[in-house]
Amino acid sequence: MRVNGADVEATPEPGQCLRTFLRGTGHLDVKKGCDSGDCGACTVLVDGAPVHSCLYPAARGTGREVTTVAGLGTPDDLHPVQEAFVDAAGFQCGFCTAGYVVTAAAAAGTEIAADPERCFKGNLCRCTGYRSIKDALAGHGNTKAEGGIGEPVRAPAALRVVTGREPYTLDQPDIGVLHMKLVRSPHAHARITAIDASRALALPGVRAVLTHHDVPDVLYSTARHDDRRDDPDDTRMLDDVVRHRGQRVAAVVAETLAIAERAAALVDVTYDVLPAVFDPEAARAAGAPLLHGDKSPEVSRIGEPGRNVVAASHREVGDVAAGLAAAAATYAGTWTTARVTHAALETHGARGWLDEAGRLVLRTSTQVPFLVRDELAHVLGLEPDRVRVLAARVGGGFGGKQEMLVEDVVALAVLRLGEPVQLELTREEQLSATPCRHPMRVSVEVGADADGVLTALAVDVLSDTGAYGNHAVGVLFHGCSESVALYRCASKRVDAEVVYTNNVPSGAFRGYGLGQVIFAIESALDELARRLGIPPVELRRRNVVRPGDDLVVDGPPHTDLALSGYGLDQCLDLVESALARGDRTPPPGPGWSVGEGVAASMIATIPPRGHHAEASVTLEPDGTATIGVGSAEFGNGSATVHVQLVAEALGIAPSAVRLRSSDTDATGYDTGAYGSTGSVVAGGAVAEAAAAVAAARAAGEPLPITRAGRRDGSQRSLAFNVHGVRVAVDRDTGELRVLQSVQAADAGRVLNPEQLRGQVEGGVAQGYGSALLEELVVREGEVLTRTFRHYRVPQMADVPETEVLFADTHCELGPHGAKSMSEAPYNPVAPALANAVRDALGVRPHALPMTRDRLWRLATTVSAPPATAHDAHPTEETR
Amino acid sequence: MDLSSVTSLRAARSRADLTLGPGETVLAGGTWLFSEPQPTVTGLVDLTALGWPAWEELPDALRIGATCTIEQVQQAPWGPLTGLVREAADSFLMSWKVQHVATVGGNLCLGLPAGAMISLTAALGASVEIWTPAGEVRHEPVAGFVTGDGRTTLRPGEVLRAVDVPRAALAAPAAFRRTSLARLGRAGAVVIGSGSTVTVTASTSRPVALSVDDLEAGLAAIDCWFDDPHGAPDWRAHVTGLLAREVAAELVA
Repeated sequence: MRVNGADVEATPEPGQCLRTFLRGTGHLDVKKGCDSGDCGACTVLVDGAPVHSCLYPAARGTGREVTTVAGLGTPDDLHPVQEAFVDAAGFQCGFCTAGYVVTAAAAAGTEIAADPERCFKGNLCRCTGYRSIKDALAGHGNTKAEGGIGEPVRAPAALRVVTGREPYTLDQPDIGVLHMKLVRSPHAHARITAIDASRALALPGVRAVLTHHDVPDVLYSTARHDDRRDDPDDTRMLDDVVRHRGQRVAAVVAETLAIAERAAALVDVTYDVLPAVFDPEAARAAGAPLLHGDKSPEVSRIGEPGRNVVAASHREVGDVAAGLAAAAATYAGTWTTARVTHAALETHGARGWLDEAGRLVLRTSTQVPFLVRDELAHVLGLEPDRVRVLAARVGGGFGGKQEMLVEDVVALAVLRLGEPVQLELTREEQLSATPCRHPMRVSVEVGADADGVLTALAVDVLSDTGAYGNHAVGVLFHGCSESVALYRCASKRVDAEVVYTNNVPSGAFRGYGLGQVIFAIESALDELARRLGIPPVELRRRNVVRPGDDLVVDGPPHTDLALSGYGLDQCLDLVESALARGDRTPPPGPGWSVGEGVAASMIATIPPRGHHAEASVTLEPDGTATIGVGSAEFGNGSATVHVQLVAEALGIAPSAVRLRSSDTDATGYDTGAYGSTGSVVAGGAVAEAAAAVAAARAAGEPLPITRAGRRDGSQRSLAFNVHGVRVAVDRDTGELRVLQSVQAADAGRVLNPEQLRGQVEGGVAQGYGSALLEELVVREGEVLTRTFRHYRVPQMADVPETEVLFADTHCELGPHGAKSMSEAPYNPVAPALANAVRDALGVRPHALPMTRDRLWRLATTVSAPPATAHDAHPTEETR
Repeated sequence: MDLSSVTSLRAARSRADLTLGPGETVLAGGTWLFSEPQPTVTGLVDLTALGWPAWEELPDALRIGATCTIEQVQQAPWGPLTGLVREAADSFLMSWKVQHVATVGGNLCLGLPAGAMISLTAALGASVEIWTPAGEVRHEPVAGFVTGDGRTTLRPGEVLRAVDVPRAALAAPAAFRRTSLARLGRAGAVVIGSGSTVTVTASTSRPVALSVDDLEAGLAAIDCWFDDPHGAPDWRAHVTGLLAREVAAELVA
């Protein structure tokens, strides 16, 4: 085989796929995204024809010419397609980019290139929402190589990403590394009565089989927060009780992955199957099987282990009953959301080893290296300075990598064997056994007077955290926070509980609970507006918080939140006028109904109770600068912003700034890249350090000059998003087409308009996925959608273009007036779509995703289109 | 993905090489075989070395070789049906890149409801030629060959050699409709008309042929609506009816 023009001497194994062979011979630019031919990240050319190399038998490549993305061009000599992706900012995390570049290069000049949606239906991108990729394919340039704050500076890693030179977590030579394979539970609830590893250990090349007998007797949580007490200690690294299908039972370590896989099948486990519960309502009822009934509520911080309740809140301000009684119109309904997977193209994976000093080192795909370090030290009984955790560029996160899912067992194996060990989860493991978005059932009851002023707002939430309580508490409370606080209303009540079930665990997901609750509240308000004959945008205007208002959920107002730089009024105006301008696209045909919908959302710019970042900036004698910062780059664009901040402060070019990030050795501490903090917290620390360097230089201090910056996230602001959409729905098939999509965002001052637009578009696209397509189908605790073939991540053809508009505001708390904007754009999309469907069909959807089959069923419940846009419908629940 | 239990790969160069040892399975394009774990497979026998022509023009049929790729089959002499074949190929969830490698025979033998080559060849009244381990040859209509979700009449050791499309079907009027939950997603219903027959796939667990002349009764009698994450059975039944009526109208137009 010749690869990129050079002969490869190695011989493929009989069952090896071409991707593994290529990576094993040093071609680490070929990425593993799904391993089943669905995502396209591993695309290479074989004798000029593009193939998904994960499906291609390696032996068949013998005698052929293989070209990878690195063979198409180099940073100094880009292929035209690579250049186009740089110029257009056609990537965010960049893990899918090699596949796009190779596919586009192969298609260039052929018939299929004229039809990008068909051409790229075998390539998935989770970050961008595809607009920037389509720009790259069309040759539109969106970025500049150099520039200051407010300019569309390209990502520092752009040239490396498009040429396959940027190393991700596991893009390291496979030399002297042991591989781990996990044995997983086939039962939803069972006690392990025996594990016999003798057959596995007898296989040549097997080095260890770790079971619950080998792990520290320490309970912890896979969820990571600045304060580890935020999450219940309910998880053992390997337990003798399994509480969901797919739970880790044993870890096999062997000299090759193939041996580890074969050995994993030879571990004999005997189970005593226990009763299981899958429905969250049943789980909190008397007599339900208890998942963590053996644990102490105080020690493990579980609300009511005797009732499967991890956390609960039942509080009220004002008098909701009186508010409803006094209302001119009320509405009540119940909404449900599905399980959704993050679908970051890079799966969870880590490699661990001991450095020369005997220190444990973990290179891992994480959003929170410092938090992983601290928890590894806690679980393994080590001092934190005996552990180093670093992340390379991370191939997508979306909250999924605010968990410690692989690092713990890898670390244990490294300490046990003293050799490097690697674990990479498969896509099937990602889909079937790692945390997903919390499915919720949300009931809302709301009332308003004749002028549309809210008199009462009551929310009742039931969240299913699955078998473990990672992020259960935070997601529940955050979900009910900004969603409810957005509206001024004297009487509010929140009843909220999150319960254990024997389903796959839920975890942190973009929006952190807000999207689920906002879906319900924004749907209810839309219906209330119809009842009152008030346009939905106007109803929001009359009720949203304004500068000077307290931010109230269900008790005393928040004291650390301030409406600095308020842009919600602008966002509402921008969306309203955009929809009024309309695109005048007529319905696709008879039988189609057209409707429009809007929804608003609010999110704090920083998580509560502290989010810390330390950073350093050094101005070198040669005029270049070096940043040391803890936060990770996973497509969120914080690396670009950090470089821009330093370049601006020091008056140097972005290309003269080096970034050392996401390494516990790089700086003192950083809580991590979650809660949309990459720009406002870590960026704030970087900006402070850069300003101090600039001041010292002005004072005549000799170079090099190093200064530190620090942020604690104690004062927080609020960011706003309003989504508007016009849809057509075919009543006879349930097909939905988006005729117009617009989102207005209040992100404070825009630091990088192209990057910010990309963040909004990516969030909106993920919103379209959750609203219309995506669902982990689970029966009796077993995930049935175990590949991307069955789990519908939006393709290019599924994502409409969204007009992105920015409010003109300035936040006093963020660097250069900026707010965060990474989770937020996702949150209002589903309710805006649901409201548009209601407008079109005359009947309201209550469940996500609104797939064609569900919309068809919904349409069949009403006989004809509504007479007017704002009629109250007799099929709706009313009082 | 890597098939970690596989320890041998041999090329079949004659029919005698098709006698499978324990744990062996035949490999064509490999695009399904390498897409899922195959823990019981220990050996692969590569059919592509047999050198079967992608297609042959027989006196009464267009013969598509089992190892013909989805890309190649679109180049065969279909005459007026060229567009239909292209639509069937596009109906795959798999990308055009996978079509460089995936084979017609592989698609048929998988027996999936959404198998687009099953939809196409069943609708055109094609028959499969199967080589039996005893050295015999047997033939069977595609519509009978696929018996359910992932099930065919293929017995252990049997190898699909080709699928023969009758010449009469190449000249008959044809029509194609499909739908899916996502626009270019996995098919939820595929309806293909040829002559006076309307064939339903993807929405049913096996191909169902209906007569244009008695379409409503035929639709009402379908008892194998398919249920998977790509569409609820009641929706599939409803949209199949819509598509079937459109196809029937186009056939008689």
